[in-house]
Amino acid sequence: METNPVARKDLLSTADMARFVARGFLRFDGIVPNDINQDFLELVVNGAVFSHPHGTPLYDCYQQCSPVKAMLKLPKVAGIIQSLVGLNPTFDHHAVHHCPPGQLVAQDTHADSIIDTREAAFDIQLMYYPHEVTACMGGTRYVPGSNFRRINEMAIARYQNIVGQQHVVCPAGTLLVMHHGIWHGGGRNQSDESRYMLKIRLNPTCRQVLLWNTDDLAESSVGPAAIFDPDAYRHKDRVQTIFERSEKWFPLDESRLETVNRIRLWRALVGDPQFDGHYWLSRVENQPQ
Amino acid sequence: MITDLLIDGRQQILMLYTRSSALDSETIAWAFYDGTGATTHYAGDSSEVPFASALVAMQAGWRVLQVSQLNPPYPGSEYQTSYLPFEVMLEKWVKFDGN
Repeated sequence: METNPVARKDLLSTADMARFVARGFLRFDGIVPNDINQDFLELVVNGAVFSHPHGTPLYDCYQQCSPVKAMLKLPKVAGIIQSLVGLNPTFDHHAVHHCPPGQLVAQDTHADSIIDTREAAFDIQLMYYPHEVTACMGGTRYVPGSNFRRINEMAIARYQNIVGQQHVVCPAGTLLVMHHGIWHGGGRNQSDESRYMLKIRLNPTCRQVLLWNTDDLAESSVGPAAIFDPDAYRHKDRVQTIFERSEKWFPLDESRLETVNRIRLWRALVGDPQFDGHYWLSRVENQPQ
Repeated sequence: MITDLLIDGRQQILMLYTRSSALDSETIAWAFYDGTGATTHYAGDSSEVPFASALVAMQAGWRVLQVSQLNPPYPGSEYQTSYLPFEVMLEKWVKFDGN
């Protein structure tokens, strides 16, 4: 089933895309209406949310699961998906997470799947929270900016706590959209209620180039600026400024490497192999013949 | 120190990950494993850094067992980030009362 493009206003902005590249996630609180959330909860409690073979076109999935189908068809949700993985992504897998009340341990921090060496493509994972998640329910824990680090799955389980780690506390109908490489783990549910979450992994079927609303691209990507000029870092929605922002947990010698990783992915997303921020890559690519 | 090992004790391990190879650089991640079984720690159990740096932990009586080596990047992977590079493993030997 082919899908129709969403209106441009429902696509992500350039700044949103740059933040996704830099931090590896976007969060949309309460984006899914309550009627869909309630319908989904009724199905999930009864074990009636069924998976599909990998490679199935996304919009052929969930034909028998109207709440998920309706959620994916919401213009804002379809716009997020289209901006990141194109108009017709395929279904990879899903996982219905049910964390019963009174858990004693949390899931260790990990990255999904296996080491992923792709540089110009990425999958996304939609994490859909159909009910309110309170602090004691142990919502998903994730580490902003961990998306480029090549580690293998649970090898990072030793990192119990990382400065700046986030714990999802959110209203019903929240969607967390993650780059496949993000470090994350399920929290310990210490409440007396079950916690549910649906995670859907999506694969692109087209080059992920300029898929978002690029109307603001020219004004959001300004360079080159004088190095260390404070004005170059002042514009919070400017791509180059977003890419310079370090996470609190970045080792001192790796902040600039993470900026380089962001620049490299952005070059692929805008189809411009010359794109740079603050001269980081142009300098080391300068090899006069 | 040697006499510590003669008591009926258990080991506690504290892993600190620091912002640079300097032992007085900020802690950015941590884990705690308690061989006495008196406390249990798990992923995401705290947002409070236990010690601001490895040096502060040493001043509180923790002994450094191991620090990460500084390895040159593999050719072709100079910009690739991966595991946290600066790991400091510390221990305490504490009296075990059998409970």
